[in-house]
Amino acid sequence: MITLEELKKIRDNTKNKVLARRVHVCGGTGCTSSGSPKLVEVLEREIKKNGLEDQVEIVKTGCFGLCALGPIVIVHPENSFYSKVKEEDIPRIVEEHLKNGNPVRELLYDETTKADHILPLEETNFYKKQHRVALRNCGEISPEHIEHYIAKDGYMALGKVLTEMKPEEVIQTVLDSGLRGRGGAGFPTGLKWKFAAGNQADQKYVCCNADEGDPGAFMDRSVLEGDPHVVLEAMAIAGYAIGATQGYIYVRAEYPIAVERLEIAIKQARELGVLGKNIFGTGFDFDIELRLGAGAFVCGEETALMTSIEGNRGEPRPRPPFPALKGLFQKPTILNNVETYANIPQIILNGAEWFASMGTEGSKGTKVFALGGKVHNTGLVEVPMGTTLRDIVEEIGGGVPNGKRFKAAQTGGPSGGCIPEQHLDVPIDFDNLKEIGSMMGSGGLIVMDEDNCMVDIAKFFLEFTVDESCGKCTPCRIGTKRMLEILTKITEGKADMSDLEKLEELCEHLPQSALCALGQTAPNPVISTLKYFRDEYIAHIVEKRCPAGVCKSLLQYKIDPDKCKGCTLCARACPAGAITGSVKEPHKIDPAKCVKCGACFEKCRFGAVYKE
Amino acid sequence: MAQKKQKVPFSGTKEQEEKLMSVISELKGHKDATMTLLQEAQDIYGYLPEEVLRKISDETQIPLEKLYGVATFYSQFSLNPKGKYRISVCLGTACYVKGSGDIYNALMEKLGIVGGECTPDGKFSLDACRCVGACGLAPVMLINDEVYGRLTVDDLDDILAKYQD
Amino acid sequence: MSNINLKINNMPVSAPEGSTVLEAARIAGFKIPTLCYLKDINEIGACRMCVVEVKGARSLVASCIYPVSEGMEVFTNTPKIRNSRRRTLKLLLSDHDKKCLSCVRSGNCELQALCREYGVKDEHYFQGEELHFDLDTSAPHLVRDNNKCILCRRCSAVCEHVQDVSVIGPNNRGFQTSIGCAFEMGLGETACVNCGQCISVCPTGALYEKDFTDDVLAAIHDPEKFVVVQTAPAVRAALGEEFGFPMGTDVEGKMVAALRRIGFDKVFDTNFSADLTIMEEANELIERIQNGGVLPMITSCSPGWVKYCEHFYPDQIEHLSSCKSPQQMFGAITKTYYAEKFGIDPKKIVCVSVMPCTAKKFELTRDDEDAAGVPDVDISITTRELAVLIRKCGIHFEILPDEPFDDPLGESSGAGVIFGATGGVMEAALRTAVEKITGEELKNLDFVEVRGTKGIKEATYSVGGMDVKVAVASGLKNAKEIMDKVRAGEADYQFIEIMCCEGGCVNGGGQPRVSGQIRNLEDVKALRAKALYENDSKKEHRKSHENPSIKEVYANYLGEPGSEKAHHILHTSYVKRTIN
Repeated sequence: MITLEELKKIRDNTKNKVLARRVHVCGGTGCTSSGSPKLVEVLEREIKKNGLEDQVEIVKTGCFGLCALGPIVIVHPENSFYSKVKEEDIPRIVEEHLKNGNPVRELLYDETTKADHILPLEETNFYKKQHRVALRNCGEISPEHIEHYIAKDGYMALGKVLTEMKPEEVIQTVLDSGLRGRGGAGFPTGLKWKFAAGNQADQKYVCCNADEGDPGAFMDRSVLEGDPHVVLEAMAIAGYAIGATQGYIYVRAEYPIAVERLEIAIKQARELGVLGKNIFGTGFDFDIELRLGAGAFVCGEETALMTSIEGNRGEPRPRPPFPALKGLFQKPTILNNVETYANIPQIILNGAEWFASMGTEGSKGTKVFALGGKVHNTGLVEVPMGTTLRDIVEEIGGGVPNGKRFKAAQTGGPSGGCIPEQHLDVPIDFDNLKEIGSMMGSGGLIVMDEDNCMVDIAKFFLEFTVDESCGKCTPCRIGTKRMLEILTKITEGKADMSDLEKLEELCEHLPQSALCALGQTAPNPVISTLKYFRDEYIAHIVEKRCPAGVCKSLLQYKIDPDKCKGCTLCARACPAGAITGSVKEPHKIDPAKCVKCGACFEKCRFGAVYKE
Repeated sequence: MAQKKQKVPFSGTKEQEEKLMSVISELKGHKDATMTLLQEAQDIYGYLPEEVLRKISDETQIPLEKLYGVATFYSQFSLNPKGKYRISVCLGTACYVKGSGDIYNALMEKLGIVGGECTPDGKFSLDACRCVGACGLAPVMLINDEVYGRLTVDDLDDILAKYQD
Repeated sequence: MSNINLKINNMPVSAPEGSTVLEAARIAGFKIPTLCYLKDINEIGACRMCVVEVKGARSLVASCIYPVSEGMEVFTNTPKIRNSRRRTLKLLLSDHDKKCLSCVRSGNCELQALCREYGVKDEHYFQGEELHFDLDTSAPHLVRDNNKCILCRRCSAVCEHVQDVSVIGPNNRGFQTSIGCAFEMGLGETACVNCGQCISVCPTGALYEKDFTDDVLAAIHDPEKFVVVQTAPAVRAALGEEFGFPMGTDVEGKMVAALRRIGFDKVFDTNFSADLTIMEEANELIERIQNGGVLPMITSCSPGWVKYCEHFYPDQIEHLSSCKSPQQMFGAITKTYYAEKFGIDPKKIVCVSVMPCTAKKFELTRDDEDAAGVPDVDISITTRELAVLIRKCGIHFEILPDEPFDDPLGESSGAGVIFGATGGVMEAALRTAVEKITGEELKNLDFVEVRGTKGIKEATYSVGGMDVKVAVASGLKNAKEIMDKVRAGEADYQFIEIMCCEGGCVNGGGQPRVSGQIRNLEDVKALRAKALYENDSKKEHRKSHENPSIKEVYANYLGEPGSEKAHHILHTSYVKRTIN
């Protein structure tokens, strides 16, 4: 057992020991896959070679958020930002910067190298409008060292609730903070806790949804990889608040790094005594077990997740009874997602007013978005609720690349919708997004440009839901399939207006009648694209034309005889033998043979191949 | 669908069986053990052979049909052996809008198999997956645990060539 | 429990706390359609037929599982709801084999009825990909046609939650989901016990028994064959439902008249061989008690139960009575005693049984069920098939006179007829065993402690200074509870009656189908059982050993119960099977 006093000692000692000169290397999934583990090896070798072992500390951190520029290396105390670092760059960074104190300008991220000075990380466009609460430790600490977390006031919130607060005070604080669930519909977290606390039972459970299934969202993974202890601490706080002694984290098996770090974190927390029996000598017991998901998006739905933990097919159960009354193993249970938990210790330490001071009337605090698609700076961004989409896409994201026009932003994943340009200035929060036909979801934010066909995008999401529908209820099992079939017909130019009617009928049917949120929200991508881009649907149906040039069945590749030099490159690239023509004579594509693979289009150096 | 599937001959080793038995004896009797049992068994054998599911059912009294129902529900469970090199192409949104669908199609063509299959020589198997969380590197594919990002169709031949042994 | 006040379609309703909206609506006189819902068995809210509007709820809710609450306002039949139900039906039809005219369920299909009620005009409206499945004909008793399955899961719920057999269930995911066995095996390759409960609950034509009515007619029309028919006790209590009689009507006389008109050479009664079973079983029990045999002894009349025991408790089969079931005893005695007495070549006798049961189709194929060197029973048809046969033969069942069974194998005691209800075999055995042990006449013949539809019943009777402790279980989940005790050596009973189906044979898998809607409201088991107990109370003889025809069989042919000859003809053996 450890006392709170002893924990504070660890915090202060760790803080005092920290070296000023530190190199943070991102060890998140993005940077790991672009080679950061190797960088750490080379760094260690070079530092040793230069005899700097005692003066420089290497910290393998979690994600910085700017995954597109990985691998990322940050040098403290200046906070210099080296992007896309290669192994061969390391000796220079060590010798010139770490040893001699001169940042290597040509290896730094472009935007930070001003004529007369170098911008620190936090002043770049990507970071300066961000406000990090949930991600505060990501990139700052080593996730595999509990002392690092403690040095950032880790487990102090747990200490505070156990020694100074009654369970109902904890719940009141969370209620007052206005925190709403970050995983989907935005249900007030404190209310959930209050319901579960009010139900008497011999056993209650605290669950964490870390089965981030929304394709294109990875903030939960980043928190788990970069700051796993924050989740453990928050779950223990929740356990105290509702009267539970056991927690489960249901984490995607596809996140091996997150799983490993969680395992390490749980082990360390148990060893230290911040998990287990009689925490801080207060008589409060709490432990956590990991459960791995096995690849079913529907398990993000709370009742399905619990059914899955129980060892069954992850099919949702009807509510009521709500999990707060009958959840896991039929016991009162609360379920929050990773990002929601990541806010809890800060709310406890800084107070409800602090948290409620950020954000909008109905949505307090910050929100993390996984910014992806057709935007310069793809990665994770955390902004106060109420930030406009334009700020995120244009300022933080750096806008749409290659001079293309912004067309829409998709939020909320398969349950969300596409937001067109006209709504770029809407302050983003739970209610506004719903108002404009989308939803917060878990925070995926995918930017699309003029080359994206909105019917194709709707079809993409329906393919996803058809794949992921659990098959239990009729409307979702068959309805999503029929919607996809109609969308496919549209993209193939085989649909008529009566198909569109049926599609709209299903768009009305599923939200009313499906069993769970997956089915109820499945039509959202169709509803929102029909609302804002109906003309594209009509173009496919009536004119048999795909305005964005995406839907292959509606395309023809042609060669402009005026531009064609007869270089034969396209003919050689064509897998179908559809291109004929003599050397130095304009070539022709036989539409009957063409398989529309686009190889000729890619290969042509004269822009002679075009789509129609 | 739901036709009886072609059965691949089972070739489990004694060592694998010992591991399986120790997992079973550890988890036996836990009411929520099904998922973990299947995950561990798949770790041991690389997939879930019928013989192994029968063994688990015999030992734990969990009905075989229930195990099968669970195994066929989750996409991570495979009832067929995977290739020596398991290719999964991310078809998450971020990758899709950046053309991972084309990558997937090209791989099917190059390998002569469709998604979910394994090449006849047992070398490559191909699957689509949802978001591996490396959206910054879109489009992305994995070969076993190796991540390949910012892919174009032209990169594929060189990458596949690395796995020729 | 207090009552909850709510409004349904603007009408004030008071419903017991814990009621569902569906139940409250019924109190108020509103019918809500259901498909997947089976009370206490399948409460999954999956089909979405029973959706209603609850004021304040974001979407429609499934009334079958939605609890009532104070002040709630519910609407059960708005245009929005009717639309939703109609669309759900159209979606179901879009992935359904719609060959309704040739479907076994045409006319009593629950899906068809709902389509009619909701005015589905275009069954191809949402036409798209349909899944196609091969028929599964591997089991001896039924056909699974997944092309007609609507995934309500009533079958798999019964298989898992009522029978604890769990050989069918949902496999795969999403649109590809289908009900089936592990590794898409045929049902015949699994530990299926052939109880047919899945057929009973199936709302469509996805599950139906193998139809042997044409085989019966072929035998009848074969001049070389002597075709006798036997009818199990429970059949007479349910057959009438097929012809519009209220549930629980005893149609014994009309049934006999119909069978005679179909053309059977003799119309006999399984009740006769039920009495015979009691003679042998009571004797075996007394012997086991007196000679330190394996106790508790467990009945073996129910072939679904016997097969379950062989698969799931192969180490306990010594507890099973070695008596053949009444169906088999009937066939055996027909082809030996009766054949000899009337000089008929047993090879020319075709023994047809009409059973409330599908497992009987399997039972007649078992080893060691051929007393005369030919199978004891040749064809077993269900109550439902008998109804088919009656219709096929153009018989006006409703207006038939009551006719008696033929002699001698048509004579029975009241003990025989109650075999069809849970506890009946126990009661019949006690009526005989008590008299045998005490040597005194039993005054009160009603052993009420073992009557009723409860899943497990226990009683202790003082018999000649000895305490006889008995248990009765019906439904295999209840059987499992008892058997786990037996296996653990914690069951101090002398005698246990186990029936495969809940409520006993009256609720067998071969009985007329009862739609989910009615099943959820009526106690089918109790209504049918009542008919049997009434039949018993009216009988001249109510103890098996007092049946004159039984006395004659022993006096002139078998000798004593348990004699070598009786053993050869009337007893059988069991095999150890595995679960997988």
